Amino acid sequence: MPKIIVEIMPKQDLLDPPGKAVANALKRSGHNDIVNVRIGKRIELHFDRPITQADLDNAGRVAASFLSNDVIEDVVAITKED
Amino acid sequence: MKIGVITYPGTLDDRDAQRAIRLAGGTPVPLWHADGDIKKVDAVVLPGGFSYGDYLRCGAIAAQAPATQEVVRLAAQGLPVLGICNGFQILVESRLLPGGLIRNEHQHFICRDQRIRVENTNTAWTNLFEQDEEITIPLKNAEGGYIASAETLKMLEAENRVVFRYLDINPNGSMNDIAGLTNERGNVVGLMPHPEHATEAGFGPDTDIATRSGVDGLKFFQSVLKALVNA
Repeated sequence: MPKIIVEIMPKQDLLDPPGKAVANALKRSGHNDIVNVRIGKRIELHFDRPITQADLDNAGRVAASFLSNDVIEDVVAITKED
Repeated sequence: MKIGVITYPGTLDDRDAQRAIRLAGGTPVPLWHADGDIKKVDAVVLPGGFSYGDYLRCGAIAAQAPATQEVVRLAAQGLPVLGICNGFQILVESRLLPGGLIRNEHQHFICRDQRIRVENTNTAWTNLFEQDEEITIPLKNAEGGYIASAETLKMLEAENRVVFRYLDINPNGSMNDIAGLTNERGNVVGLMPHPEHATEAGFGPDTDIATRSGVDGLKFFQSVLKALVNA
C-alpha cells in the first residue's frame, strides 16, 4: 500500500524522559556502550492510489501543523514508500 | 451567568468543574466536543482528564475539535477561558497560550496538594485574589513540565503573564517554576493544578485549621463571575 512516512523526534535540546528511562534500563542490563536513547514517532499516512507531489506537500503541512508541535518536536523526515 | 464545560472523550473532571461553578454561584452548561455550538455561554472551562487517551500529544486532538475551534474564535473576542491540566494542554496545543507541556522531568505521575503563588490578579479568573497570595490546590499529572523558548519565557516574564508559580517544590520540571499562564488580554488562563478540586469544605486539601477544608479554588470561579458582571 502506498504510504507517506512522517518521522518526528523531540527537540535535541530538550530532555526526553521516556528516552532517559529506556537508557537507564539498558544501562542496568549491561549495555554500557549505549550512552543515550531518544524516542520519537513514526506516523504512516496510507493511500489507496499512487502518491503525488501534492500529497507529499500536503503531508508536510499536516506534519508541521498537527502531527508535530514545533515547540517541543522536530519533523526529521518525510518519505514516500510505494 | 452561564459557564460552559466541554467534555471530550476521555475527560475526567468535567463534573467537578460543573460543581465548582455551581458552588461559586454560576450556572454550569455541559458542552460536547463534537458540537461547534457552545450555546451562548459567558465563559468556558476546559477540564482535566485524558482527552483522546493523550494520543499523538496531550491535548493535540482535542485542539482540533469543533467546540475547541469555536472557543478559539470567541477567545479572540474576549470570551473568558480557563484550561485546567489537560485543558491547559489543549490551550497550548490550540496556540491560545504559548509554549508546551512535556512529560514530568522525574517521569512519574504526581498527585499532591500543591502550594502556588498567584502573581497576576488582573485576569478574568484571578481578580479576587490578593497580589502574591499563596494558595493550595491539588496537582495531578504526568505531562506537566512547562517548556518554552528563551525568547518566549522572557516575553512572558516581561509582560507579567506568569499567573501562577509553584512554591516549595517544582513538581514536574517546569521552566521558571511556571504553574499557569495567561494570554495578552487576560481572558484566557491555563494551569496544571486543579482549582475545581478545592471548592467545598470536606473535599479539598488539608489546611492548618482542619483536614480537607481547603477551598482556595473557589475564587477562580467567583472571579470570572465578577469579571462577567463588570464587563
